Amino acid sequence: MEHLIELKNVYKIYQMGSETVHALDGVDLTIDQGEFVAIVGSSGSGKSTAMNIIGCLDVPTSGTYRLGGVDVSTMDDDQQAEIRNKMLGFIFQQYNLIPKLTVLENVELPLLYAGVDSGERRERALRSLERVGLRDKGKNLPSQLSGGQQQRVSIARALAGTPSVILADEPTGALDSRTGRDVLKFLKQLNREGDTVVLITHDNSIAVKADRIVRLQDGKIIYDGDSRDPRAVVQPHGEDEDEEVGA
Amino acid sequence: MNFGQSFRLAIKSLTTSKMRALLTMLGIIIGVGAVIVILSLGNGLTGMVQQQVDKMGINMIQVQLWSVGDGMMPDPEELYDLVDENPHVLTGVSPYINLGGVVRHGDEKFDRTSVYGISEIMYNAATNYTMDGEQLAKGRFISYMDVERREAVCVIGAYLEEEAFGGDALGKTLSIDGRVLTVVGVLKRNAELEMLPGSQDDQIYMPYTTVMEIIGDRWVGLYIFTSTSGETANAAKGVIESYLNKFYRTDDGMYNYFYIMTMAEQANQINGMMGVAMGVLVAIAAISLLVGGIGIMNIMLVSVTERTREIGVRKSLGAKRKDIRSQFVIEAGTTSAIGGLLGIGFGCLLAKLLEVLLGGMLVASLGTSGITFNATPTVGAILLSFGVSVGIGVLFGYLPANKAAKLNPIDALRYD
Repeated sequence: MEHLIELKNVYKIYQMGSETVHALDGVDLTIDQGEFVAIVGSSGSGKSTAMNIIGCLDVPTSGTYRLGGVDVSTMDDDQQAEIRNKMLGFIFQQYNLIPKLTVLENVELPLLYAGVDSGERRERALRSLERVGLRDKGKNLPSQLSGGQQQRVSIARALAGTPSVILADEPTGALDSRTGRDVLKFLKQLNREGDTVVLITHDNSIAVKADRIVRLQDGKIIYDGDSRDPRAVVQPHGEDEDEEVGA
Repeated sequence: MNFGQSFRLAIKSLTTSKMRALLTMLGIIIGVGAVIVILSLGNGLTGMVQQQVDKMGINMIQVQLWSVGDGMMPDPEELYDLVDENPHVLTGVSPYINLGGVVRHGDEKFDRTSVYGISEIMYNAATNYTMDGEQLAKGRFISYMDVERREAVCVIGAYLEEEAFGGDALGKTLSIDGRVLTVVGVLKRNAELEMLPGSQDDQIYMPYTTVMEIIGDRWVGLYIFTSTSGETANAAKGVIESYLNKFYRTDDGMYNYFYIMTMAEQANQINGMMGVAMGVLVAIAAISLLVGGIGIMNIMLVSVTERTREIGVRKSLGAKRKDIRSQFVIEAGTTSAIGGLLGIGFGCLLAKLLEVLLGGMLVASLGTSGITFNATPTVGAILLSFGVSVGIGVLFGYLPANKAAKLNPIDALRYD
């Protein structure tokens, strides 16, 4: 069976002055349709680079990345944009809603860039808002909503384009722990309904909500397996872990 | 694709920061306003010239003759014959000599009065119009016998009758260069408001033979012809030209002893000069449009920087380069289009104001009745200004838009 996400021997190498940084140092990773995976690591571990590459925001220096069976590792800007539009739904730490657009307009954006005509766009955006329980807030501006509601809007936006992968980058980072838990519960529910969710976080207590944990350190995968396995949350040497109380 | 949204976003950002919007659009407002004012005034002036031409007769042709070495020039009689031989294009001819003399009545001196030596053909009793568009109000015009006998008679304009004779001039006398003339007719008043010295109401017609006697010349060098209509003016000019070429034996075109100009040509000449002047002014106004465009480019560059994160988000959601580019180009175009609309409104108001302030003065100095100064911009001028302002926005918005389009989504998303 074909994997949904398939990274093969992926390297991402930056030149920082005279120093060469291996942000990803030979990563092999496959994720299948319907999985809920957390990519964990401290800052500098390469998890952001991994998310950029999985999210088609960046291309690897070497190695291949196949998304839905298509090699996207050598695509140009606009081709990547099209892949992001069709295959990926992003959820960001800072929600990243556009403040001057209404909630509905924000949710419509991926459909707008997909070329969906206005009637269908509105309908699909409303359905997506309904899934996150904010159908009645469509005409509001993002600033009129609470942080948790804004994050739900951004989830609705990620869902609107019916992507193959939901990519959540520290989705609870800007929320209090209770609201954060709600968001995680919601991601879990999406996963149960069949969506593939990839969660990027530095926080073990959040990562354990996923079914599978992929731990990165210095650009290498040091653990990849069941989140219930005790080794998944073992504090690796030299890594700082937030002592946030997990749920 | 996202035109509607880009347009609404542009309107939103303009209305949320009104001061910044006004400053951004100021260059365009001033530039477009200036262009509208200039084109309106030009339009008004051209209209005045046209009205003047229509009034004086678009069928008028002025001919100036110079003498050949031996002093030979066509005789008035020969030119009368020319008209008689060409009735399909010509209806009349009269000498039209300008006598630059000082007019006196008692102790009063009128030194701005135009004095013309003409023949009786100048006036058509059937229509009560002279060839240059005047009408007789009182008395009679210069007659054939006056011309033949070099009578010391004259027909005066309404201004002179009013100023010199207190409204009753018939039978009274005035003097020109010491020659005493009896007033036999008075012309109809032209000016609607005040009659001014030197205007069309301040003139005198007298027999050209009498003028020749005063200046001691044998030859008449200036004539007015009339063609059957405005359309035949050029054909009439051709007839006069070929006659004069034959007369002066200048068929080879090597010498020019005469100069013929139709009224239409005169109007064209004036309009042409005005066109050049207006062109220069519009070019100066265009500099303001250029500055306005640079202002828009500047604020768009700021806007791109301010909205780096928005650009990153849009890109992460699948916006291609062209989507981002068109969003910012549309925004720049909308900004300058609104500036253009404000400029058009401002320009039209200013033009109307100038019409009221200057119009009376201009019409009065012309001293012809029934002429109006209408400084209204043409629809073409408005559409052109609007188009140019949109074009400037798009042109100067392109560079910032392209900068936005090329932003790397990762950097843009990380931007604070």
